Amino acid sequence: MSNPKLMQGNEAVAEGALAAGVLFYAGYPITPSTEIAEKMAERLPLVGGSFIQMEDEIGSMAAIIGASLTGLKALTATSGPGFSLMQENLGYAVATEVPCVVVNVQRGGPSTGLPTSPAQADVMQARWGTHGDHPIIAITPSTVQECYLLTVIAFNLSEEYRIPVILLMDEVIGHLREKVVLPDQLTIVNRKGPDVPPGEYLPYENDDSMIPAMANFGDGYRYHVTGLTHNQKGLPTGNPEVTKPFMQRLTQKLNPYLDRIQMVEEVLLEDADLILIAYGCSARSAMEALHIARGRGLKVGLFRPITIWPFPQKQLEKYVGRKFLVVEMNTGQLAGEIERIFGNKAVERLNRIDGELITPKEVLEKIGGLCNV
Amino acid sequence: MAMQKFLLTGTGGQGLILAAIMLAEAGIYAGQNVAQSQSYGPEARGGASRAEVIIGDEDIYYPKVERPDFVLTLSQEAYKKYGLHLDEEAILIVDDTQVTEVKPRSKNFYSLPITKAVRAHFGSEQSANVLALGVVASISGYLSMDNVLQSVKHRAPKGTTEQNIKALEIGWKMGLKAGENQENKHCQNEGDES
Repeated sequence: MSNPKLMQGNEAVAEGALAAGVLFYAGYPITPSTEIAEKMAERLPLVGGSFIQMEDEIGSMAAIIGASLTGLKALTATSGPGFSLMQENLGYAVATEVPCVVVNVQRGGPSTGLPTSPAQADVMQARWGTHGDHPIIAITPSTVQECYLLTVIAFNLSEEYRIPVILLMDEVIGHLREKVVLPDQLTIVNRKGPDVPPGEYLPYENDDSMIPAMANFGDGYRYHVTGLTHNQKGLPTGNPEVTKPFMQRLTQKLNPYLDRIQMVEEVLLEDADLILIAYGCSARSAMEALHIARGRGLKVGLFRPITIWPFPQKQLEKYVGRKFLVVEMNTGQLAGEIERIFGNKAVERLNRIDGELITPKEVLEKIGGLCNV
Repeated sequence: MAMQKFLLTGTGGQGLILAAIMLAEAGIYAGQNVAQSQSYGPEARGGASRAEVIIGDEDIYYPKVERPDFVLTLSQEAYKKYGLHLDEEAILIVDDTQVTEVKPRSKNFYSLPITKAVRAHFGSEQSANVLALGVVASISGYLSMDNVLQSVKHRAPKGTTEQNIKALEIGWKMGLKAGENQENKHCQNEGDES
């Protein structure tokens, strides 16, 4: 392991991306994500990669899809306004099953909102921002060390399951500097290539794995890529008999692999009467409050969904019968999801939407009101 | 040492975020956990700027500073915003040129000639941030000069390393002297330039 380094969250994302083997970045700088672009602009040319500052985020998303189709691992980073512009092409990447990683360092919204202040209000946009039924993976780092490790994992998941992965950060974690220890060895996953000659290759083969092999453009495999609903060769079709199996595979393709995709952190849950649910920056406040509450003899635990989409429902369902407090910097976007699982009565909310991080004191007060001492 | 919480406040452009980064990095060289953050408006210059550092041997969960142990203010505006309503035990350090109106404080108060010393030695206010860092770090007593020096060398912008090392040394001495005076007098004091 390396000596401990002081690193900023955004910087750690860039370092993680480089460690994962990224060779292409296209983006349009925006607070509070700009340091990622700065770092990539500085570093990519030195490793034989390319950095392009695009005209906007529509172009940024298009560029990384194109780069990925040629076999490169590709990254873009943005914040709310840019993430909105990326939605159309994000859907294109989902439909065409092109691996790529999109970082959204969340700031206050809607619209231009609070450029330098944190928020967690793009949780539902990450899930459903692009139209149509679709799978997506979104992961939420809570420490700078995680910014590094989860960026590597984001690329691994993206390559393995041929899907765009959203690294859903927030201003607090993006701009926080902490101690980071870089591991000597990392598991790096690369997309599976075809094991048949070009004439037999089906780029969207509907086999049991549900994840087709991906040929890179330039490797001698010629195929068609379209956002239109397509057959196994990639050619457009409106035939319901072809559309149905395609859509079934696309929307269910992560299901066999959920155990490997859904990461959670569980803290002191065994005897907890009250379970805090928090992610990203809010999890930091929740953790502080949890330890103070435990010191006062209150049976409080924390369930932290690191993978926020697909939501780790199975892991949480183990705790049916407990009381839940969802702590998040929005009006209750993830709380709605928890209520869907356990019903309204089991779920309390603590929300803040003024651009200030939720304080441990606020969490403690809420805990005090919910716990019987 | 548990947890030490620092607030470095002033005006955007004074270099306080860099000073905070240097302080946090010195904490890492000392084998500690650290969290460094900042809050600022959309402007790159002007406006109240606030940089925060937590150094400690425990896990740091909440990364922001709520009840600081050490507060540095390099502007009157920042003093008004962050220098009042401190815990009695918190140590407040202000620059005597920039912060002229202060509420009396019975102890743990240092009004020091940070700007004056920088001007006298370097002819401009450049390196005031590093001189102030030296003051804060030495008064806090939680970091060694070696650790801070290492981070200043690592983080100083190109071409400014020598000046910043000098500024650190001046600040370190100013802090030590002010600390000694405080201990001797057990009351409010005015440290002067060494």
